[in-house]
Amino acid sequence: MPQTGSTETHPKAGASQPSTQPAIVLHNLVKFFGRFAALRDVSDSFAPGRLYVIVGDNGAGKSTLLRVVAGLMEPSQGSVTLLGAATVREVAHRVGYMGHAPLLYDELSGMENLRYFGGLYGLHDDSTCRNAMQMVGLDPELSRRVGQYSQGMRQRLSLARAVLHDPELMLLDEPFSNVDVHSAREMAAVLGRVRDHGKTIFVVTHQAPLMEAVADEFVHMSAGQIARREPMARITSGSSGAAENPR
Amino acid sequence: MKPLNLLFVVITLGLLGFSTYQALFVAPTEQTMGEVQRIFYYHVPSAWVAGLCFFVNFLASVAYLVKRSSNADALAAASAEVGVVFCTIVLITGPIWGRPVWGIWWTWDARLTTTLVLWLIYVSYLILRRFASGSQTQTLAAVLAIFGFVDVPIVYMSIRWFRTQHPSPVIAGGANSGLDPIMLHAFFWNLLAFTCVGIILVMARYRLQKMENQVEAEHAELALQGGVR
Amino acid sequence: MSAFGVTRATLLKDLRMEWRSKDAINSMLFFSLLVVVIFSFAFNPTAEESRQIAGGLIWVSFLFAAVVALNQTWARELRNQVLDAYRVSPAPPNALFLAKALGNFLFVMILEALMAPLFVVFYQLRSVGPVWQLVVVALLGTWALVVNGTFFAAMSIRTRSREIMLPLILFPISIPALLAMVDSTTGILTGEFSPDFWIKMLLVYDVVFTSVCLLLFESVLNAE
Repeated sequence: MPQTGSTETHPKAGASQPSTQPAIVLHNLVKFFGRFAALRDVSDSFAPGRLYVIVGDNGAGKSTLLRVVAGLMEPSQGSVTLLGAATVREVAHRVGYMGHAPLLYDELSGMENLRYFGGLYGLHDDSTCRNAMQMVGLDPELSRRVGQYSQGMRQRLSLARAVLHDPELMLLDEPFSNVDVHSAREMAAVLGRVRDHGKTIFVVTHQAPLMEAVADEFVHMSAGQIARREPMARITSGSSGAAENPR
Repeated sequence: MKPLNLLFVVITLGLLGFSTYQALFVAPTEQTMGEVQRIFYYHVPSAWVAGLCFFVNFLASVAYLVKRSSNADALAAASAEVGVVFCTIVLITGPIWGRPVWGIWWTWDARLTTTLVLWLIYVSYLILRRFASGSQTQTLAAVLAIFGFVDVPIVYMSIRWFRTQHPSPVIAGGANSGLDPIMLHAFFWNLLAFTCVGIILVMARYRLQKMENQVEAEHAELALQGGVR
Repeated sequence: MSAFGVTRATLLKDLRMEWRSKDAINSMLFFSLLVVVIFSFAFNPTAEESRQIAGGLIWVSFLFAAVVALNQTWARELRNQVLDAYRVSPAPPNALFLAKALGNFLFVMILEALMAPLFVVFYQLRSVGPVWQLVVVALLGTWALVVNGTFFAAMSIRTRSREIMLPLILFPISIPALLAMVDSTTGILTGEFSPDFWIKMLLVYDVVFTSVCLLLFESVLNAE
């Protein structure tokens, strides 16, 4: 498949080694809202097993990019290759998405929400849901309806829902909004641990400092394009050099 | 205007003139209904053109859903609008015909009622096009067009059955039963002329839509390059 | 999970949520009652005439009650943008559609079961033809309204003025089904003619439009 604009420092091995296949490849992505170009010809490639933090001003196109990658929005032009597949549908069970909005049912309890969404992914046992809730610091026994949760709790449950099915690729849009600093740092640490297990994570956030300790790379977006990519020097295990793409 | 198109327009105007002459002067006066029956030469061809337009709309909508081509959508929009216009003509000429002949403006006869339902379906289509926002408009409109067109035979069958159960005077009924050959002659000329007029209108509207799409595309290109909003 | 499993899980979830909030149900039940009463004031026939017009009255009132129910079909999925969570999951879109359509169907049937006895009482209705045929017509007719209604409700959420868009695009296309429902009900109540053709036609309508809905729902769900 054609890759424009990026130089991988490690060679693309044959299909026998899935871990060298990029997690996401963007091919000339363009997205219009009327006459406003939210994404302007974005092409890039992202290696797996890393935690990417996407930052930029409002209107830079961060959330739009995430939605297009998640398959929620069709690009006006161009395409996305996700985990080697041409459509998101094919790999839906390996992708987790967390949006701006909570993506939860207010009238159900935390466990009920997770049980339902878990069911959509073919998960039927309660223990997975319990573990997910505990991982984000929520009590599985809580029978309170989500509508009565605090903002921070709702945010954490939304994260639990996104990672419930243990996806390889996680797309998280503003996971720390309305979360207190202490919990946010805990969540960031959790994400780092998840990345250490070999998952690929994309986080869009306005609170870059929170992620500095765990991020592999900061992706700076501006005016609908990826302005620059800033790999972070980290003491990690196993990952070879990240793609350097100054513009 | 391109010379071929201009030629076509001129020919159509000539055809229209000829067919009108046929309808108003050459064709004999009908025995029972008198001069007002001449509306038939406008009423039925209009219905035919409307049906043709809606069929084109259906095909264009399917093409859009399959290929996501803006041109297909433009054709769908154009044919729906022209179809509604001709449908309106049918609905107006029907009562004009019916009132002097049967003394009533509207009789819920099978053909007129079907036309009314068709008119409602495609007007709702046009309203949907107006009210949908952004790029979804085309997909939603194409989907509704398919629903509408699939409904057409069902509408016709159900109203026909309703009318056999509960009969009432038929407005266009007399025309099909044994038409005088000269009348048939005039009828076909009008059918041809109206179809040509329909084609011209649809193509004009289609070209207009394409131009609008082009303007949008060029604005988009600018936005893409310069980052200008 | 299989498509059937997803449909079942979604339907149960919706029922559970509906049961918990109850305000939607209550207001709709009351609205249905109001419709019956108002129609009864507006059209006040004798027992003999009532059989002739009851078919029309009943179905128009069911239609208005159904539209109120249909309009809020997707409301819950739009709050908190929860629909996105479904869309990114591997669950098939048609399973969602069927769950919503079945939920609406159940709900509208409940409304009808409430309104019909009221009509019988207010109009002193007695059916000449067999009542089971009325039930068949009600089942087929309600599905005809609900299947397209659920689909068009999904379309109208992507438009401005979404509350008016739904009836606006639903009514014209539903005309043949309405005609069938009204005339067959009249035929059964008066015993003057057989509703067989209409019942067959409703069946055809249901099959055709259920197929079209299932075919096209994914395009509408993902139109963004």
